[in-house]
Amino acid sequence: MTTVHSIVPLLAFLVSLVAVIPIVLLGERRRNAREAATFIAGFIKFALVASMVPAVLAGKVLEFSFIELLPGVALEFRVDGLGLLFALVASSLWILTSCYSIGYMRGANEGNQTRFYAFFAVSLCATLGVAFSGNLLTLYLFYEMLSLATYPLVTHHQDKEARSGGRTYLSYLLFTSIAFALPAVIFSYLNSGGNMDFTSGGFLADKVGGGSALVLLLLFVFGFSKAGVMPFHSWLPNAMVAPTPVSALLHAVAVVKVGVFCIIRAFTGVLGTDFLQTLDVASVISWLAAVTVVTSSLIAMTQDNLKRLLAFSTIGQLSYIVLGVSLLVPHAVQGSMLHIPMHAFGKITLFFCAGAIYVASGKKYISQLDGLGRAMPWTMGAFAIGAMSVIGLPLTGGMLSKIYMIWGAADAQQHALLAVYLVSSVLNGVYFFPIVYRAFFRDPQGGEVYDRVSEAPLPCVLPLAITAAGSVLLFFFPGLVFELTSLMISAD
Amino acid sequence: MTDQLPAIIVLMPLLGALLSVLLGMFDRKLCLPVALVALAITASSAVAMLANVLASPGQSLSYRFGGWDPLVGIEYRIDALSGLVVLAITAVGFLNAIYSKTRVRDESPRREHYFYALYLLLVAGLCGMVLTNDAFNLYVLLEICSLTSYALIAIGNRRAALASFNYVIIGTIGASFYLLGVGYLYIKTGALNMDGIHAALRANDIADSPTIKVGFILIMLGVWIKMALFPLHGWLSNAYSYAPTTTGTLMAPLMTKVMVYIMIRMMLSVFGTEFVFHEEFWSNGVVWIATVAIIAGSVLALARSDIKKMLTYLIVAEVGYMVGGAWLGNHSGMIGASYHILSDAAMTFCLFLAAGIIINRTGEARMNAFDGAFKKYPLTMIGFTVGALAMIGLPPSCGFFSKFYLISGGIEAGQWGFVVALLFSSLVNAVLFFRIFERAYFPKDLASGFEFGGDPDAKPDRSLDQVPYSMLVPMLIAAASLLVIGLANQTIVGWLNTALASFSLK
Repeated sequence: MTTVHSIVPLLAFLVSLVAVIPIVLLGERRRNAREAATFIAGFIKFALVASMVPAVLAGKVLEFSFIELLPGVALEFRVDGLGLLFALVASSLWILTSCYSIGYMRGANEGNQTRFYAFFAVSLCATLGVAFSGNLLTLYLFYEMLSLATYPLVTHHQDKEARSGGRTYLSYLLFTSIAFALPAVIFSYLNSGGNMDFTSGGFLADKVGGGSALVLLLLFVFGFSKAGVMPFHSWLPNAMVAPTPVSALLHAVAVVKVGVFCIIRAFTGVLGTDFLQTLDVASVISWLAAVTVVTSSLIAMTQDNLKRLLAFSTIGQLSYIVLGVSLLVPHAVQGSMLHIPMHAFGKITLFFCAGAIYVASGKKYISQLDGLGRAMPWTMGAFAIGAMSVIGLPLTGGMLSKIYMIWGAADAQQHALLAVYLVSSVLNGVYFFPIVYRAFFRDPQGGEVYDRVSEAPLPCVLPLAITAAGSVLLFFFPGLVFELTSLMISAD
Repeated sequence: MTDQLPAIIVLMPLLGALLSVLLGMFDRKLCLPVALVALAITASSAVAMLANVLASPGQSLSYRFGGWDPLVGIEYRIDALSGLVVLAITAVGFLNAIYSKTRVRDESPRREHYFYALYLLLVAGLCGMVLTNDAFNLYVLLEICSLTSYALIAIGNRRAALASFNYVIIGTIGASFYLLGVGYLYIKTGALNMDGIHAALRANDIADSPTIKVGFILIMLGVWIKMALFPLHGWLSNAYSYAPTTTGTLMAPLMTKVMVYIMIRMMLSVFGTEFVFHEEFWSNGVVWIATVAIIAGSVLALARSDIKKMLTYLIVAEVGYMVGGAWLGNHSGMIGASYHILSDAAMTFCLFLAAGIIINRTGEARMNAFDGAFKKYPLTMIGFTVGALAMIGLPPSCGFFSKFYLISGGIEAGQWGFVVALLFSSLVNAVLFFRIFERAYFPKDLASGFEFGGDPDAKPDRSLDQVPYSMLVPMLIAAASLLVIGLANQTIVGWLNTALASFSLK
């Protein structure tokens, strides 16, 4: 593995930060130009991220570091397979979400749209910062930046519900990151001998004992509570007060995936899976995640509000990833990395659909959806594909990652945890299929006729069709995703 | 010329104070320019002096007043730590003088010349306290600071007189303790020069004598009272919040921090680490007091709805940070404490300046001053936000790095209570400030919400924050300095390392 100095990661990071300037200056008066700025930034960002693919696939690591923050620890970007994969997912979906936002925000007559687009861009900037972080301190820095940048988006409506949702959001995320993650970062620094760079074997490997390693893992898993491992999960359902594009990109992809991404880094880059295997402490995390997987699926079954159901489903899916990486065996770790893009495409489709339904018909509850599939065939069809991917059914990408994680559980001889994967898949089916069934096969309630309701505006429908197609394409053409994650597994 | 810089730093403001009174009798408009010129010279001398110190071998300079031998005369000794603290004092003094332009004219009409004279005397006293290497001279300068600050506070509103009187009583007790302590030391060692006292303690092997111990305890009690270490903090809140705006913005960032600096100087230069950290029981005890101070200060701040009072209780908590860090007895802790002197001075300064603008514009001293504040005063709120995020301790602001070093020190020393208290106070600060952010950025009234560019139909309001530049610019510079101090922490800590290297810290 060779390290190459490159400024591309910095540029990719900065693009959306710079985009804030035209967004703010153009403002609501020239809103078409403002949205154009978002798009241009989105495409440039994606192009920059994509331009790094060949080098990374060739086994290179792109590096850029600037100010030294602590002795031996600089503000540093290092792009490896996992970071690049996550950046690809986030930046490509940003373009689609921007398109969707135009339809949604204008269709729903939302206020304060300039603020919305500006902070969306800042959030993406922070997300890429996390993805490219080369060491633990840089990671922590951008993790906190993301919490702050998304807060104005959650509180967007400024009403009582939004304010209290925002309060819960921030108090959970800041409380856990300051109370748990920060001490873990400092403890790691003190034990690392002044080098916090993520390495394939883990920079703390062989430097801490079993007890310390367990405490560190717990601090990381609870401290990076964007991953929603119970009991620090309830910020996510509360964050659903945000406009749907926020829920879609941030609370199904960027923010929550940043949480699991940080946890994966803690397992692979900080402590190292090989070192953890010698300690036999990671199973505590496995069981925490397993409990979250099952409990959240059960809670999801009781929800009638569609977005809340999706939120609980997300909590469960995130813990799949945590569970996978905590199994420590290559297949499970690779499966959990694969699950980042697979789940991202599936879940963002579902959120897009939920938002499209709201824009077109004003409906938020599952019990109101009877017969809606006839009025909105594209939307509900995409919903069905997204649901299939999240459940892990064939012909969708979600199946591949799930198979890898189950394979890993078998490798690790953890049959109880293997059963958790299977049972929860069934539960996923139990809460998703009734929705699809209602939409397509039941008659509208009370003789309601959907002659006024049709599909949402094109900017809403187009992205959800693309992401649904993406879920399917990931099943047939998973090559790039596999190659990038394989780099992380066989890195040494 | 450059070797006279330490004297210029102290004498310039003194001269300015004299001129301010004299010229003020003819035309009070001249006072502010005089003060600004004096402070600008002082501040640039401080920069030059710091550069000199860093360039000198061993990064330490000595200056003898009138050329007298330190045995009889007064010696100033400057290392990187004192150089940085003096730079902070003079920078705050200068920026705050600009900020005071309209405030003093409105709040203390017809008394501007007294105000600026006292102001300059206070800056001179603070700089002198940091520079001097003479324990008795330090007392004299301490009294200069105290007397001027009593008067500066009493100029404020009607309740300021009583607050100032309280401060007089407590402050005098504190100063007397300090003087008594120095007296004990003088009896035993026959020296007033700090290095002289230290040498005598070493040479005569009298560190175990009860006299020295009592002297040490008295000095510590004295500085703790003056720095408002919990539970000796009663005077601070009223004094700082009822004082005139610009008195508060000068004293809040500087007074307590300078006293912390003196505590560190006494611990390291005069008594030495061996003496101070000899009895672990006692040094651990002080860390626990600091721990309680942090928690109590945070909780008391949370209970206040008056903006300035809330900020003053945060100072009480921050004093706990520094005292605790210094008494951990290890290198990281001491670095954290001394770095935090700078970063806390900058944070407090930024927050007081921004809060001063908001309180002044809205005429409200309570939290509701912040309702919809972003729409009305965007730049001020940005400054306030940066200060608040630094207070919470988010990277890459300076608040994060001081917390980082302090927590590292706490972990190394096994002082888990202190570590937990630091994290707790970060969390309380987060609650405190996000309560304000919610009001400022997301008010219930949608129309006054926080949106860039504003209402497309409304006429754009061209005046920036409806605040004079004289107030806005210093505040924004202070906010920017938080990031600069944070990002440059490696450089600063490198200098501090050299300054602390000679004191055998673990």
